[in-house]
Amino acid sequence: MSTPTATAVSRSGSWARDAANLTRRILLHWKQRPVSIALTLLFPVLIVLMFRYLFGGAMPVPDGTYTDYLIPGMLAMTMLFGLESVALAVTTDAAKGVTERIRAMPVSGNAVLAGRGWADLLNGVAGLAVMVTAGLVLGWRPQHGLVSTLAALGLLLWLRSAFTWVGIYLGLLLKTPESAVSVQVLVWPIGFLSSTFVSPDTMPTWLGEIATWNPLSSTATAIRDLFGNPTWATHTWAAEHAVPLAAMWPAVLTLVFLPLAHHQHRSLAS
Amino acid sequence: MAYEEEWWGHSSAGITARNLRKRYGDHAALDGFSLQVRPGTVCGLLGPNGAGKTTAVRILATLLRPDDGQASVAGWDVVRQPRQVRYRIGLVGQNASVDEVLTGRQNLELFGRLGHLTARVARTRAGELLERFGLAEAADRSAAQYSGGMRRRLDLATSLVLAPAVLFLDEPTTGLDPAARIDVWAHIRALVGTGTTVLLTTQYLDEADQLADQIAVMDAGQIVAEGTPDELKARVGPDRVETVTRKPTLDEVFLHLTGHAPTTPHQAAGEATR
Ligand SMILES: Nc1ncnc2c1ncn2[C@@H]1O[C@H](COP(=O)(O)OP(=O)(O)O)[C@@H](O)[C@H]1O
Ligand SMILES: [Mg+2]
Repeated sequence: MSTPTATAVSRSGSWARDAANLTRRILLHWKQRPVSIALTLLFPVLIVLMFRYLFGGAMPVPDGTYTDYLIPGMLAMTMLFGLESVALAVTTDAAKGVTERIRAMPVSGNAVLAGRGWADLLNGVAGLAVMVTAGLVLGWRPQHGLVSTLAALGLLLWLRSAFTWVGIYLGLLLKTPESAVSVQVLVWPIGFLSSTFVSPDTMPTWLGEIATWNPLSSTATAIRDLFGNPTWATHTWAAEHAVPLAAMWPAVLTLVFLPLAHHQHRSLAS
Repeated sequence: MAYEEEWWGHSSAGITARNLRKRYGDHAALDGFSLQVRPGTVCGLLGPNGAGKTTAVRILATLLRPDDGQASVAGWDVVRQPRQVRYRIGLVGQNASVDEVLTGRQNLELFGRLGHLTARVARTRAGELLERFGLAEAADRSAAQYSGGMRRRLDLATSLVLAPAVLFLDEPTTGLDPAARIDVWAHIRALVGTGTTVLLTTQYLDEADQLADQIAVMDAGQIVAEGTPDELKARVGPDRVETVTRKPTLDEVFLHLTGHAPTTPHQAAGEATR
């Protein structure tokens, strides 16, 4: 055995390598629990099937098929689901004492949060891949070529990374997995109060107004434009400026919640 | 090194805490906590639920900022140089804190890498520790499938990944069955003599007695008595230690030293929710 202090001096680590190791930890979780990650990824597909086949028949999309309207909405919704899974993961780490153990290692808080954020972005990429595949199988097609399609996927991941910071902040704030369940309760109304499943035009005026300004609606409408999918004719200011709003909303959320998450992580020491 | 020598004089290794204070609302969890543990020795921090043991350990392990006071661990200031401290400490928290989804090996390699061992060294070190803690066979099973005793051993092994100069053990045997407890004791004893400084918190005098060179008795956020196990027992009075098998219990030592019973229901309830 080495003498106690011999291996403990003059090592250093970079912030990015620490974050990468922490990302790797979460990827190992997927490898250890393939069923659990598969269910998480397939859950949105189940919702799509429900809406497509149970409600789809009753959805009068004026400028196309309901499938072409639904899939972009569901891609945005899948990004929102990341918020609750990340909040739950953060509280679970805290409850199991893993957060403390990591905090006792010579890694910075920045690396800890970045590691969580990167892993969740990869989760978002996987979620998109699954949902895009499901959409293609159901007959959904992007119409505007590669550049527009990639721009749409970029906007989706941009939204995801904003939701990740909201989720990390809420997880650190709520502390226990039991209370993280409240985030789940929050996510669904936010998801439905948007243009994900139906046009805000079909809602009562005041409710439709709120739904139009939902960040989820901006991204959903923006990617519908970019994919060349039906937008179910909404002529509000927010709907006509969906692409710049889809770029701006996640920036605003990130600017608010990233510092809040860091502040909350630092306050674990108080 | 000039900085610590100036700040801490010659006591640059081991553990030094001076007048630490920590309040939660209007309750003082630490109320002027001072302690000196010489390098290479084992100190038993003995006290009932709610005495402030965990709070003290968390401050010394850089997890918690004190409101006031100073502390150095392995020669570095816990508030100003937490990173330097973290390279040199191991911590076994009150509850087993391994990543239950990962295997034993993955846990050890992960924390080795987070301590900036190279991937190769982290792998070798993981293998070594799995062997030493009797986990070689279970190495590639998810820690969720481990028994309580195995999880504790993995916890202990993980905290040794960086070969720490100072090891904190917060109630390392609480919740273990007697056989697992004796097993953990054996592993702690094996550490003594490698030069590691150990701070061990416990509610049981026999545990401190078995393992510690020095015992510090804690109550209400302060050290109320310090000495070797024999010195403390002598203070309780000869009538209580007349037979070899009959040692004074913590409650008796405690009652004698502080004049009141150790744990109030309020403190016990506070602990239970933590
Ligand atoms: N995060 C916290 N918030 C409020 N009170 C706390 C917190 N941590 C500890 N305490 C209180 O501080 C006192 C000391 O706690 P602790 O250090 O856990 O004692 P011990 O480990 O000796 O049982 C207890 O009364 C406990 O309830
Ligand atoms: Mg405790």
